[in-house]
Amino acid sequence: MAITHDEVRRVAALARLRLAPEAVARLAADLSHILDAFTRLQAVDTAGIPPTAHAEELALSLRPDEVTNPPADEALLAGAPDRRGRCFRVPRIIE
Amino acid sequence: MTALNELSLRETVARVRRREVSATEVTRAALARIAAVEPALGAFLTVCEPQALAAAAAVDRALAAGEDPGPLAGAAVALKDNICTAGIRTTAGSRMLERFVPAYDATVAARLRAAGAVLVGKCNLDEFAMGSSTENSALGVTRNPWDPERVPGGSSGGSAAAVAACECHAALGTDTGGSIRLPAGFCGVVGLKPTYGRVSRFGVIAYASSLDQVGPIARDVADAALVLAAIAGPDPRDATSAPHPLPPLDGLDGPVRGLRLGLPREYFVEGMQPAVETAVRAAVRVLEGLGAVVEPVSLPHTEHAVATYYLVATAEASSNLARYDGVRYGLRVPAASLGEMYEATRAAGFGAEVTRRIMLGTYVLSKGYYDAWYLKAQQVRTLIRRDFEAAFARCDALVTPVAPTTAFRRGERLADPLTMYLSDIFTISVNLAGLPALVLPCGVDEAGLPIGLQIVGRPFDEPTVLRTAAAYEGATDWHARRPPG
Repeated sequence: MAITHDEVRRVAALARLRLAPEAVARLAADLSHILDAFTRLQAVDTAGIPPTAHAEELALSLRPDEVTNPPADEALLAGAPDRRGRCFRVPRIIE
Repeated sequence: MTALNELSLRETVARVRRREVSATEVTRAALARIAAVEPALGAFLTVCEPQALAAAAAVDRALAAGEDPGPLAGAAVALKDNICTAGIRTTAGSRMLERFVPAYDATVAARLRAAGAVLVGKCNLDEFAMGSSTENSALGVTRNPWDPERVPGGSSGGSAAAVAACECHAALGTDTGGSIRLPAGFCGVVGLKPTYGRVSRFGVIAYASSLDQVGPIARDVADAALVLAAIAGPDPRDATSAPHPLPPLDGLDGPVRGLRLGLPREYFVEGMQPAVETAVRAAVRVLEGLGAVVEPVSLPHTEHAVATYYLVATAEASSNLARYDGVRYGLRVPAASLGEMYEATRAAGFGAEVTRRIMLGTYVLSKGYYDAWYLKAQQVRTLIRRDFEAAFARCDALVTPVAPTTAFRRGERLADPLTMYLSDIFTISVNLAGLPALVLPCGVDEAGLPIGLQIVGRPFDEPTVLRTAAAYEGATDWHARRPPG
């Protein structure tokens, strides 16, 4: 199960991770090693077995659609890396 | 006379409530202990001295006014630093959140405060709770109180070390694949992972949402039960919190006569440390001596649990950690474009193991690999659940070791991620099946390091797990041992 450097770069782009060249090589080796060990899973007979997404079958919990939390915009904006007024400021997206 | 920080949580609360000692005195004792041992131990990332003294003063005022200060009045508690605390930085052990100060409390933090507990600090952890040794923290080194050259286990290593070293009476950890139980076992204390859904995760920094659960770490079973009672129960702010109320936990000292305990043969494996097997089998005989009926059971898909877990958990992590983009909070590395800002921020903010797990998770969810890896793992997860259902048709609880070895040496498992992942071999199935499980000390190895016994129960049957553990504890004195210093 060899993961190529190109595959690592493809996945890193999907995950929005910038990797140094040595990190690409290390992750290719690590992921290959880990998935090699996990290949045994493919031998398990799972025909007709439904997937489990959650351990407990919890019913959807519903509540009235009412605002219950007080406005906290200043408290939340206080942690902003950059802001302008009541907005989070980011690099220009639309020219 | 036992120092205030060394008393049990319930004895401390009883004395505070009787006004034999003030919450302020208890808090000062805990803070003094923290100041004395932290330079060598490193269990805490943040110590909240002014907030703790203010909270203690509030408990003392309530008592003076004749009000009920709550069932944990004056107890010194600590939180793993992936549990949000209003006004107190919450880092998840990551450069990404090194300076993040939440605007709100996690439900479990608010419930502890409401119960009168005094928060003394925030504990170290593997970055974003990803690890088995606490060595993946970007912000500090935590040592094992029994041997500074050994790891405390992880990812809640700071919480377990702080409790073992009597820096607090109890702490909360989180457990996604063993992160409460493994450090509790390695540090010789009690750790309980409740049933999935038992405790609210609102305000807990997410790692793998179908597995994450919050639970107590304490120095004995009754203290762990008291903390569980304070934090458990439905929460309208967490849609995955179960509606079931926690049954009363006052029958913990009840008999275990006739209780059917299963001993899964897959948990006694080739290559495990002989002292661990010897201690766990001796513990089983103690329970038999108390009248429990022990029988062998089989959980045949156990050998696939590590692969299943690391596929499911990393897939969920890759999605959960997508939120760290430098826009609204946490680290931002400025760049000319939004895309470059995301990539530069995430490259600078995430450590090696978090990056590895995001990469693995993104890979198994990506086009062409989803069915072969992620869906396959979810199907095997069903088989692992069914193994437990079959065992619980015959047994009331299962008894196993928490890990194949005692605490390993620092650095020993860092080179090969797979070796580190295998540390979780006896804990992760429980998360995949959503079950409650408790670990308590049941012996020591030839180096004097603690050995942990794991008791696994049916969903929402924490009372049987706690009763079994309390019975064992009542018949032995391993829980009374304290690390040197």
